[in-house]
Amino acid sequence: MEIKKAAVAGTMESSDVYVEIKPASDIAVQIESVVAQQFGEEIERVVRQVLEENGVKGAHVSLNDKGAVECVIRARVETAIRRGEGERDQ
Amino acid sequence: MRRSMLFMPGNNPGMLLNADILGADAVILDLEDAVSPAEKDAARILVHNAIKTLKYKCEVCVRINSIDTTFWKEDLDEILPLAPDLIMPPKISTAQDVLVVDAYMTELEKKHGMEVGTVKLIPLIETALGVENAYAIASSCPRVAAMLLGGEDLTADLQCKRTKEGKEIFYSRSRMVVAARAAGVDCYDTPFTDVNDDEGLREDAAFAKALGFTGKSSISPRHVADINRIFSPTQADIEYAQEVMETIRVAKEQGKGVVSLRGKMIDAPIVTRARQVLEMAKAMGVLIDE
Amino acid sequence: MNNSKVVSSIKEAIQLAGLKDGMTISFHHHLRNGDYVLNMVMDAVADLGIKDLNVNASSVFDTHEPLIGHIKNHVVTGLEADYIGGVVGRAISHGVLDKPVTFRSHGGRPSDIEQGRSPIDVAFVAAPTSDTMGNCSGKYGKSACGSLGYAFADAMYAKKVIVITDNLVPYPLADFSISEIYVDYVVQVESIGNPAGIVSGTTKITRDPVGLVMAQYAAKVIEHSGLLKDGMSFQTGAGGASLAAAKYLKDIMLEKGIKGSYGLGGITSYMVDMLNAGCFEALLDVQCFDLGAVESIRTNPRHREVTASHYASPSVRSSAVDSLDVVILGATQIDTDFNVNVHTDSNGYIMGGSGGHSDTAAGAKMAMIIAPLTRARLSIVVDRVLTVSTPGSTIDVLVTQRGIAVNPRQQELKERLQKAGLPIVEIQDLKRIAEELTGTPKPIHLGDKVVANVLYRDGSLLDTIKSVD
Repeated sequence: MEIKKAAVAGTMESSDVYVEIKPASDIAVQIESVVAQQFGEEIERVVRQVLEENGVKGAHVSLNDKGAVECVIRARVETAIRRGEGERDQ
Repeated sequence: MRRSMLFMPGNNPGMLLNADILGADAVILDLEDAVSPAEKDAARILVHNAIKTLKYKCEVCVRINSIDTTFWKEDLDEILPLAPDLIMPPKISTAQDVLVVDAYMTELEKKHGMEVGTVKLIPLIETALGVENAYAIASSCPRVAAMLLGGEDLTADLQCKRTKEGKEIFYSRSRMVVAARAAGVDCYDTPFTDVNDDEGLREDAAFAKALGFTGKSSISPRHVADINRIFSPTQADIEYAQEVMETIRVAKEQGKGVVSLRGKMIDAPIVTRARQVLEMAKAMGVLIDE
Repeated sequence: MNNSKVVSSIKEAIQLAGLKDGMTISFHHHLRNGDYVLNMVMDAVADLGIKDLNVNASSVFDTHEPLIGHIKNHVVTGLEADYIGGVVGRAISHGVLDKPVTFRSHGGRPSDIEQGRSPIDVAFVAAPTSDTMGNCSGKYGKSACGSLGYAFADAMYAKKVIVITDNLVPYPLADFSISEIYVDYVVQVESIGNPAGIVSGTTKITRDPVGLVMAQYAAKVIEHSGLLKDGMSFQTGAGGASLAAAKYLKDIMLEKGIKGSYGLGGITSYMVDMLNAGCFEALLDVQCFDLGAVESIRTNPRHREVTASHYASPSVRSSAVDSLDVVILGATQIDTDFNVNVHTDSNGYIMGGSGGHSDTAAGAKMAMIIAPLTRARLSIVVDRVLTVSTPGSTIDVLVTQRGIAVNPRQQELKERLQKAGLPIVEIQDLKRIAEELTGTPKPIHLGDKVVANVLYRDGSLLDTIKSVD
């Protein structure tokens, strides 16, 4: 799956995560989280896994995490991917 | 067996995490009115992940978007493979509406290797035509397990004002109960929408119970406890039912054909009712063991 | 004989009191996050060039952020408190003070002051109303805060006492709380506090459905604990779920016709409602949280102001916590031994303190913690709390939305609650349930420096708090 345009998903509410995805030639993941110490590495692993599961080879993803659990992070990243694979912005 | 069905917005992670601890027998994760058109995709993906991961202790129903939108098939694509207990299609007005949803669900169940009919339907009746067709809807296909009355949209369609007393939906409520019972499915009442009027809620729920509704839906967790209490059999109901069953047992032993209890002849409907009460009490964990 | 103790300014009072480098000054926190007095005094002290002071404040709130500047400038080199809010707490956790902060409880603080273990040179009493000789009260005036409970030990035991008021009245103020016999100087200022901050927003019943579920469980735990009978005494915190629990408890008490004896602690209008509805004979009030409480303590003789010592001191002949039946408390963390942390957040930053937590837990027949099982992807139940604020041996029940855990030493209580059909689980199960949802957190990294010592109410060292890098 190819990320063709920048997209966002999620919110800044507690227990949610705000995800931004941008087209790129490589994968880069940037994470800001209220639980960075406890779950930072785990969050990055999940984000990369969701990208891989969706066949995304190139994307820059940044997360602003307000304590979302894994299934919420998966949902929001997946939403951002699907939104990003739409038609290119003109 | 459910008394309370609680609507929860489908795009709110904080609420989805705790959806099952609010006391409702079933939660209705809402992809329709609670979600703006721009977030329909996000909500259905979130609800998908929530059902997949969170082990909800209560029954799960998902309200999809109505069949006159472009969203409903995508909703089912995302949700059906997870086999929620119920799918609630809104604005169902005819048996044909149900069959449209049923056909697509069947297609998806086959595609995902699920047994056809795994996921049940609870059509939301909220149009005048829907009320008129309630029996046809309830008996349209085996997938229909229950019906829910939606009073807000219905009164708009009836061109009358929705009031707290609800006289304007009295006929619709009665018609729904009769249709559901005739078709042998459960029937759930419309939510009481004033979240700050506890007394009003109790009166509304007691009235629905008196009409024969199986239970009541709610948009506020605060209403759940009262709804559960009102739709549970009372201790007196349970004791009477136990007495009925005991009298029948003794009569059978003694080879008596006709028996009476408390001066009233026990006939088949009384026995059926007693069985229902005891089953319900057991299912709800309110049956006190001797 | 001088018939007025009124002096022209805070600076003048400080100079007359003989405040010198290295001394200890004290403050009380009834004006909460609306307090102007601590900042005004510290600015005056800094202007006078006095350094190296030890500040003993019953609580430090976010409004006291300027304290950080005074610490950096070495005006303040020592800090003692029962509670420190997140703003100053963060600076402390980053090591802004060389000397560790001393944390006490609301009962331990007056106990140590009265026993001479924590001497005060100059006490500053923020008084919403005072007469010219220093008879003062919190019940009247534009900055009315109700009870002055925490200020009594300071006023009675400090070497010098300065009353600061924004409502100076002619002698005598008949309905005084703190008597003139302790007061050296009175200063009139424009305003001692912001009324909006004095009555803070925390005293509202939660609308959060999860909080209401927990509150219902908490009320049912009390109902079936065996303690719900005529004469029951009760305290609850001002957190949303705790207040909701009080509301549900009130419904149960009224339905069953139970008349309790007293409500204790920081008092909210919800406790006042219970008093007026006949749930209690009296309220014993060390601090008012809202205007309803202030109004009640002013007008209702059954709503009594009590000193912090009377409230919770472990070294007096008896204090009100000793007769307490039930207390509902909060927690940021609780471990599988029921030790509770209310001092530090999940990243180790100071953002609170005991207040009356450990005092009431020690005194009450049943101390109940009410907390959501997870907050922002972190389990409330952990293997070991970051900071022991209250020993697990004094905690009896943990109420969460996904189950209720009873301390194993309370077997009889556990059986009662099980019989009542409440969802009783082991505390280890709650941790497991939480971590199924959140995943297993990696332990956080803390610095080596001790930034605070947590003293138990008897003065012994309960725990130390490490810096955050």
